[in-house]
Amino acid sequence: MSLHVIMFSLLAILAIATGVLLVTRRNPVSAAVSLILHFFALSGLYLTLNAQFLAAVQILVYAGAIMVLVVFVIMLLNLGKEQNMRENFNPRTAITIAMSAALIMQLVLTFTGNPTGKNQLSAASEKIGSPAEIGNILYSTYIFPFEAISLLLLVAVVGSIILAKRTVDK
Amino acid sequence: MVQDLLFTAPFTFLSVMAIIAMVLDALIVNSSRITFIFSAITLLFSGILGISTFGLHGIGFNGMVTGGGFAAYFDILFSIGGLLTILTSRQYLQRENIEHDEFYSLVLFAVAGMMLIAHSNHLLILFIGIEVMSVSFYILSGYMRNNAKSVESSLKYFLLGAFATGFLVYGIALIYGSTGSMDYNQIALNINNNALNFPALLPVGVALIVIGLSFKAAAFPFHQWAPDVYQGAPTIVTAFMSTAGKAAAFAAFIPIVTVLMPSAPVKLQMIFAVMSAATMLIGNISALAQTNIKRMLAFSSVAHAGYIMMGLVSGSQYGYSGIVFYLTAYMFMQIGSFIIVAILERNGEKYLELSDYAGLSKRHPVLAAFMTIFMFSLAGIPPFAGFFGKYFLFTAAIDAGFLWLTLVGVLSSIISVYFYIGLIVKMYFTEPEGQREDNEVGMSGLSLIITIAGVIVLGILPSGILSIASNLFNSTH
Repeated sequence: MSLHVIMFSLLAILAIATGVLLVTRRNPVSAAVSLILHFFALSGLYLTLNAQFLAAVQILVYAGAIMVLVVFVIMLLNLGKEQNMRENFNPRTAITIAMSAALIMQLVLTFTGNPTGKNQLSAASEKIGSPAEIGNILYSTYIFPFEAISLLLLVAVVGSIILAKRTVDK
Repeated sequence: MVQDLLFTAPFTFLSVMAIIAMVLDALIVNSSRITFIFSAITLLFSGILGISTFGLHGIGFNGMVTGGGFAAYFDILFSIGGLLTILTSRQYLQRENIEHDEFYSLVLFAVAGMMLIAHSNHLLILFIGIEVMSVSFYILSGYMRNNAKSVESSLKYFLLGAFATGFLVYGIALIYGSTGSMDYNQIALNINNNALNFPALLPVGVALIVIGLSFKAAAFPFHQWAPDVYQGAPTIVTAFMSTAGKAAAFAAFIPIVTVLMPSAPVKLQMIFAVMSAATMLIGNISALAQTNIKRMLAFSSVAHAGYIMMGLVSGSQYGYSGIVFYLTAYMFMQIGSFIIVAILERNGEKYLELSDYAGLSKRHPVLAAFMTIFMFSLAGIPPFAGFFGKYFLFTAAIDAGFLWLTLVGVLSSIISVYFYIGLIVKMYFTEPEGQREDNEVGMSGLSLIITIAGVIVLGILPSGILSIASNLFNSTH
C-alpha cells in the first residue's frame, strides 16, 4: 500500500467519524469541535489531491473564521436546553430519512458502477492547486472579475454598517 | 489594454466615483448636498461615456466583457434610471428624515453592478454584477430603518434573493461542468460542436440559471417577493428597483438566451411562453384587488415582466429589440408614476391608498395630468410609449408562431386597463376627502419632466429608438 493510499484512508476515516460525531452530539460545543476536526481532515484530503492553496484556505476560512463565529453564536445564545430536547417522530423526519436513503443509494451506485472517468490527474490539474498558479491566473485572465469583486465586498461591508448602526446622528 | 479600459469606461468611472462619494461623506461636514450634486453629475457623465463608447464593438479583458453597442445602450439606460432616482431622492429622504450620504453612493454602486451585468460575456462577471446590484438593493430597501415595513422588505428580499443567487451559482457551476467554460462564446461553440463533458448536466444548469434570473426579473412563479418588497421599500428605491433592476435582469437574459436557445436540449421557448403568460395574468389579476397604490404598481410591474418575456419567447432580433424598446419606455413611465407617488406621500406611509388620490385633479391639476399620461402609457394606450412597446413585443410573438401568447397578452392588457383607468377616474371624477397640505414638487419636477418627455417622445416617434435597438443585435449577434 502506498503512502498516498494510507494517508487518504486515515483522513477519510477521520472525516467520516467527525462528521458522524457532528450530527450525533447533543452538546452544541462538542458538535462544533467535531466540525472543526472535520474541516482539518478535509483540508488534509485536499493536500493529497495536490490542492495546497485550497487546503490552506479551508483551514483559514472554515476552521478559522467561520467556526469561531459558530462557537461565538453558541456562546451568546447559551443553548443549554438543547441537551434535554427529545425528538419526536414526525412526517418531516420521515421525509428526511427517505431523502438520505436516496442519496446513499445514489452514492453506492456511483461507486460500485463502472468507472467512466480517469483516476489519474491530468497535467493541467496537477498544477492547478499551487498558490503560484492561482496567483498567475488571478492576475492575468481573471484580473477584471478579481477587481470587480472588491466592489461587491465594499458594498457588503458598507451596507452591513448602515443597517447595523444603532443610532444615527445627523 | 486601452481598448479594454474603453469598453468598460462607464463602469470603471462610476465605481471610482462611487468610492470617492463615500470618502467625501467622511471628509466634509454636512456633505449631503455636495454628495447629491456629485452623484448626479457622475451619473450624467457615465451616461455620456456610454454614448461615446456606443460605436465600439468587441470583447475585452480576456473575453470577460463586451463593449459598445448592447452594453453601452444599457449603460446609458441605467445611468438615466439612476439619475432620475437621485434627482427625486434628496427631497424624499429629507422628508422621511433618513438622508445619509451613503444613499447616493449605494445608488451609484447599484448602477455599476447593473452595468457589469450588461457588459458580461462570462458567467463570473454576470454573477458579480448581479450580486453588486442585489446587495445594494437589499440595503436600499431597508433604508428606513425605523419603519418595520421597510426592514421587513429588506429582510425578505435578502433571504429570498440569497436563495435565488444559490440557484444561479449552482446553475453556473453545472454549465461550467458540462461545457468546460464560462465564456458565452465558448459555451455556444461547445454546445454546437457537441463537445460536452456531461450532457445531462446542461439542461439542469440552464434551468437553474433561468430560475435565478427570473427571480431577479420578478417573473412567475418567482414573483411572490415583489409586492411585499416593493411596498415596504422607500418609494424612490422601489421606482429604481422595479425599473433599472428589471432592465438589468433582462440585459442578463438576452445574451444568455441567445447563447443557449438555439442549441439547448430543453424547450426553452415553450418554458418562457408559459412563464410569460402566467406572469401577465397573475400580475394583472392581483393588481385588480389592491387598494394601496405602491402594491398595485408592484403587481403591475410583475405583469410587465411578463410582457417583456414575450420578446425572449420570440428568440428573434425583432423580439430582442422589442425588449430593449419596452425596457426604455418602462423606465420612464414606471419611474414617473412612482415620482408622483413619492411627491404625494407623507412620512409614516400616509397617503398611499388609492382613495387618497380622490379629487387630485382639483388640488394638483398638473400632477394629475402627468399621472394620467403614465397610467395610459402603462396600460398601453396610444399615442404613448407603452403602446408601441407592447405592439413590438406582441408582433414579435406572433412572428414566432405564438399567437395564443399574444392573445393572453391582449387579454391581460384589457384586465390591466381596469385598474389603471380606475386610478384616473378616482383623480378626476371623485371629490377629495378633507383638506390636506401637499408636499412641494421641487427637484422632483425636473425628473418628472424628463420622464414625461420620454414617454411622449417614445410614443410619437418610436422608430428612432427602435432602429437603434435593432441595430444592437445586427452587429453583435
